[in-house]
Amino acid sequence: MSIPLNQLAPDASGTIESIQAGQELRRRLAGLGLRSGIRVQVIRQSPLNGPMQIRVGHTDLIMRAADAAHIEVCPGP
Amino acid sequence: MKRIVVLGMPNTGKSTLFNRLTGAGAHVGNWPGVTVDLLAAKILLGDAMVEVIDLPGFYNLHGFSEDEAVVRHFLETQPVNLLLIVLNSSQLDRQLALPLQLRELGIPMCLLLNMSDEANKLGIRIDVPKLEAALQAPAIPLAAKYGTGIEKVRSELIRLLYEHPKLTQANDAAFNQDMQIELELDDLAHRVVTNPITLPVSATDRLDRVLLHPWLGLPIFFLMMFLLFQAIYGLGIPLQDGMGWLFDHLKSRWLEPAVAAWPGPLKSLVLEGLFDGLGTVLTFLPIIAMFFLLIAIVEDSGYLSRAAFLTDALMSRLGLDGRAFVMQLLGFGCNVPAIMGTRIMRSPALRTLTMLIIPFSLCSARLQVILFVVAATFPARAAPIALFSLYLASFVMAFLTAFIWRKRYRNHEPLLLELPSYRLPTWRFLGFEAWRATRQFIAGAGGFIILGVLMVWFLTHFPFNVAVAGPQTMAGWIARGLGPIFEPLGIDNMLSTALLFGFIAKEIVIGALAVIFSVGPNDLSGVLAQRLNWVQAYSFLLFTLIYTPCLSTIAVIKQESKSRKTAAIAVLWPLSLAWLTSFAFYQVARHLL
Ligand SMILES: Nc1nc2c(ncn2[C@@H]2O[C@H](COP(=O)(O)OP(=O)(O)O)[C@@H](O)[C@H]2O)c(=O)[nH]1
Repeated sequence: MSIPLNQLAPDASGTIESIQAGQELRRRLAGLGLRSGIRVQVIRQSPLNGPMQIRVGHTDLIMRAADAAHIEVCPGP
Repeated sequence: MKRIVVLGMPNTGKSTLFNRLTGAGAHVGNWPGVTVDLLAAKILLGDAMVEVIDLPGFYNLHGFSEDEAVVRHFLETQPVNLLLIVLNSSQLDRQLALPLQLRELGIPMCLLLNMSDEANKLGIRIDVPKLEAALQAPAIPLAAKYGTGIEKVRSELIRLLYEHPKLTQANDAAFNQDMQIELELDDLAHRVVTNPITLPVSATDRLDRVLLHPWLGLPIFFLMMFLLFQAIYGLGIPLQDGMGWLFDHLKSRWLEPAVAAWPGPLKSLVLEGLFDGLGTVLTFLPIIAMFFLLIAIVEDSGYLSRAAFLTDALMSRLGLDGRAFVMQLLGFGCNVPAIMGTRIMRSPALRTLTMLIIPFSLCSARLQVILFVVAATFPARAAPIALFSLYLASFVMAFLTAFIWRKRYRNHEPLLLELPSYRLPTWRFLGFEAWRATRQFIAGAGGFIILGVLMVWFLTHFPFNVAVAGPQTMAGWIARGLGPIFEPLGIDNMLSTALLFGFIAKEIVIGALAVIFSVGPNDLSGVLAQRLNWVQAYSFLLFTLIYTPCLSTIAVIKQESKSRKTAAIAVLWPLSLAWLTSFAFYQVARHLL
């Protein structure tokens, strides 16, 4: 069962199932290491619905919830 | 001449390497069809002069962002000898995508595995010979920041240039076919990179827990901004004042006696036109240098992306991002360096929008005018309230502007920023940015500023046989012509003539008023108090705060945006907004009171 990345709680992680975004955004994401099958961890959420901090491999990224909503993840360890 | 390009993803240490290789000799190069500034330098490698060009950081050769288009355009049109690809050693699992794509261009490559110090600390091991064999290119571990490995890079470059003496044009087909490299990437990374099993909770994580804390984060951010502001302007403004003093001294001691015998108009042209124009340009230098010095420290530390994280909730609603807010806050010292500081943003739309809001920041020059007029026309009890309300107006105008223009300058790039681990700045390179920015300011904005000063000089001095800035001068004529426009704001001809001076630099408005009313600066307060009631005074202050930014600000907006249209908007929009605001205030207040 997959959920959008922005619904993953801080400290939870998951594996990317699919990315439902246009080619442009998909490429940006891939450039930063976000692709299907990759494990991501949510580190924290900034207050007032601000962006979220996620960790992919050794890289920490910030992204807005609106963009994260395009990424379907399967929650897991 | 032989030519090497430096390529890599953002934040891999390209600039650091470039500076190490080229020293301070870099200049901004011009390339056909390339709209962004590229740094280039000529260096001696072995016995040949070689041109080294630093391309913008990019993620994907086939991507759609502005920077990616620049890189592609450059490689399509310019033949080169060698691609120098900078990679972050601790992120090879994704960064190796770049050499895999670039390999298709058919140009000799050399890989630099930078930040090897951090990779070592993280316990990441890289099998360099295997990597070299897989990509058919030499790979050199490097820590550009500390200089480890630089000599090796230099000698390898000499060897490679000897081996590939001819410029190679990129293979055109490679730009069109976007190969599926993901499998190969995973496979390659798997074979050459060994990750440690567990990462120690790094110092960055611990720091982030405090600095990005849900409740503490923002207060700490404002505290940091306050300290940064104090550091920049606490040091910069005295330097600026010192420079101004030096110039006045030079003028009265040396220049004035030298031209004493010249005919009046010519003397005035030299003293009040040329020399003051030059002085205006030069007094900005210390503050720009200071600004870039300290901003470089903050940027290098990795905190700037964190500031974006903290303030994005507000700024994204205005079509901006957190970095815009940082520059807006720093603009309260002086707009000029803050506008140049928008260079940290890559999206042109975002940068332009930020450049349009920064001029509303109540800079220290406007503060001088406001303090003077408030003290002269407001009762002591009301003065702090007036001042505070003007600061408030400054924010309201900036946010209103962003809100209104956000559709036009829509930023299509999503906010996807890397949070680099916290780093200490490398002292050796700190001065570089500051030096470069000041040089660019002189070259890019200096001429424009001097021309503008000359223009205002002419308006206020011609014809030469009447009182300076008096009703018979061109400025007086213009003020009379504009009278009907300023009258509904409660601003008379004499005040509007002073506003014309304020276009050069806001702080000279007071001096100009003294000239126009022909009183000494000490008696000016009294004259203002007599002529203006507080409603008129406040209307004048609102107008002074909002209207057309000073000449130097316009000049850097033009220089940084490379667009006359943006510069024109930056003149006309605040002017209209100022008129509307003062009009609304004056008419309402007059009828209520
Ligand atoms: N630890 C470490 N940091 C580095 C190294 N090279 C560069 N940096 C830092 O990485 C950051 C980004 O470097 P910069 O040259 O601006 O990267 P660019 O965006 O690729 O031009 C700066 O804070 C540098 O000081 C290195 O070899 N080791």
